Amino acid sequence: MSAPAPRRRLGAIFKTTAVRLSALYLLLFSVCAVLLVIYMTSLAAGFFLNETRMAIEQELRSLDRIYQRGGMRGLVVAIDRRARAPGAFVYLVADPTGRILAGNVRALEPGVIDHTGWTRRPFSYEKFRERGENGDQPQAVANIFRFENGMRVLVGRDLGEPERFRVVVRRALALALGLMALGGLLIWLFIGRRALKRIDAVSAASAGIVAGDLGRRLPVSSAGDEFDRLSASLNTMLARIETLNDGLREVSDSIAHDLKTPLTRLRNRAEEALRKDEGEAGYRDALEDMISEADQLISIFNAMLQISRVEAGYTRFTPEPVDLATVATELADLYEPLVEDAGGHLRNEVTGPLVAEGSRELIGQAVTNLIDNAIKYGLKGEGATVTLKGRADKAASRVELLVCDTGDGIPEADRERAVRRFERLEESRSAPGSGLGLSLVDAIMRQHGGELRLQDNEPGLCAVLSFPAAAP
Amino acid sequence: MKVLIIEDDPQAAAYLKKALGEAGHTADVAHDGDDGYAMASTGSYDTLIVDRMLPRRDGLSIVAQLRAEDDRTPVLILSALGEVDDRVTGLRAGGDDYLTKPYAFSELLARIEVLHRRSQNGDGETAYRVADLELDRLSRRVTRAGQDIVLQPREFRLLEYLMRNAGRVVTRTMLLEHVWDYHFDPQTNVIDVHVSRLRGKIEKGFDKPLLHTIRGAGYVMRE
Repeated sequence: MSAPAPRRRLGAIFKTTAVRLSALYLLLFSVCAVLLVIYMTSLAAGFFLNETRMAIEQELRSLDRIYQRGGMRGLVVAIDRRARAPGAFVYLVADPTGRILAGNVRALEPGVIDHTGWTRRPFSYEKFRERGENGDQPQAVANIFRFENGMRVLVGRDLGEPERFRVVVRRALALALGLMALGGLLIWLFIGRRALKRIDAVSAASAGIVAGDLGRRLPVSSAGDEFDRLSASLNTMLARIETLNDGLREVSDSIAHDLKTPLTRLRNRAEEALRKDEGEAGYRDALEDMISEADQLISIFNAMLQISRVEAGYTRFTPEPVDLATVATELADLYEPLVEDAGGHLRNEVTGPLVAEGSRELIGQAVTNLIDNAIKYGLKGEGATVTLKGRADKAASRVELLVCDTGDGIPEADRERAVRRFERLEESRSAPGSGLGLSLVDAIMRQHGGELRLQDNEPGLCAVLSFPAAAP
Repeated sequence: MKVLIIEDDPQAAAYLKKALGEAGHTADVAHDGDDGYAMASTGSYDTLIVDRMLPRRDGLSIVAQLRAEDDRTPVLILSALGEVDDRVTGLRAGGDDYLTKPYAFSELLARIEVLHRRSQNGDGETAYRVADLELDRLSRRVTRAGQDIVLQPREFRLLEYLMRNAGRVVTRTMLLEHVWDYHFDPQTNVIDVHVSRLRGKIEKGFDKPLLHTIRGAGYVMRE
């Protein structure tokens, strides 16, 4: 496994989905947080402003009462007294020229007292006795009156509190965002590095597999996370591929063996005829022999082709209801003389109807293959019998057709192997045939959604064709 | 018999033409679908041998069009596609018989001769006779030299098919198709066993054999 250079690795971190996603989330989150804080602070600011205005209005009403009782003079005295008391209120009385007569304001933004009513925005001012904290200009909002003689009165309130609130909230926001970014970065590095490490491991393993080590598997950690699940399912797939690959190799070996034999015989026959110079009749015999060898080869090829087509599902027959009992009767009629000639007896015990969905031709072919096998391997000894049986399992909604013989049977350990393509049990190697019969049956059964099972017939073998029952 | 071979592989077509010539028939060759249809539609052929996969025009479409034009010339479809489903498609398109490549020439010859005969005088006959063997389809009676021969139903059907095509080679596959209606390659000698049983019944005790085995091809019923 080659370790990537650290710089490339860091660059690669930003190419991983996990890191991209977390960066995106961090960004979205920050934007939302900022928007939320802005919204909340502005809401709070509006609320504070409202409170301030209400306080000012109350103060104005109280001053108004004083003015009603004591006139202008009383008002100025009252303002002067109130201005001395500590508090957030801002008072100012100015003459028509703008000179400050009373109040607690030393100076303020020019032009503020030229208008009457509420000031449109907070203005800055300077209070007596209080030097600006931290050099900040205190801010205030106020309501301004102009009397008929040109005198002006300003009553306002300092905005220090809401401003301080705003500052605190913004600082908190900045801090929170900073922490979040830091945390995100850390998680980011962690996840990114971890993911990258595991992806590297997977890449290295698959590179090994591609290089031909089909037995190798992708690493699975103990975490059981999505990486592990992915690796596990890929491993299952690899195992399947390995099995298929082994099967393919077996098949090619078997083809090489099984086809080489008739091809060699074919060639030998031709050579022999040429060498012996047998004359026309001899040549004719030789050619006829060769044709029958060629036919045998063709039929092996046809069986192979048919198996692979059936297995790949290329045989797209239109399913129709097939009564297994009818098929059994037809085939029993066809094979009875053959079984008898082979020294056995064929019994058909199938009673119908046993209806499956499928192709009569393919099912018929599967059954004849089984009968062929029974004749080849199952007819031994006195009273040898090939029996066709049928049964319906209503509970499992299956219908089954059995081809049973009274021969030696197949040991349980060998039954699965017997179904595999080209597999021929040792004792049958010498018998004619391509070893394709059972695998063709198996392929046909799978095409029908059914299965081929081999069972003990005590003594002998029962091949069970199990179909899903057709819907009534 | 005049045969039209519609086949794009020149070597295969030449071989077929030559072999048919040796069997006493004359044959013409068309190398693509368009030519094939043009020649076939002149109606001057007794039998057509049509490959399924042809350049310019699919073999099945030729057959379908001839049938649509009410041309009843017997057609044997030749194809590398040999699945049951392919056969069904071919026969539905109007083919009278279907043969899968690679094929034995004897099989092809047997099939087209049977096809041709059937188109000539139909299946209207109710009784067949070969030498002193007689088969009556209506009474389902078989006699030889006046003696009754008792046959099982499947033996009767087998004999009926052989006698209907008397004088022509009938292959094992044709027998499996026509007597048992199954369309696969019999891997075992199952047909031979039936034929030999039938032969036992119709020839035992009579001096003259009627049912002959043609090596590498099949059987023929003749004097």
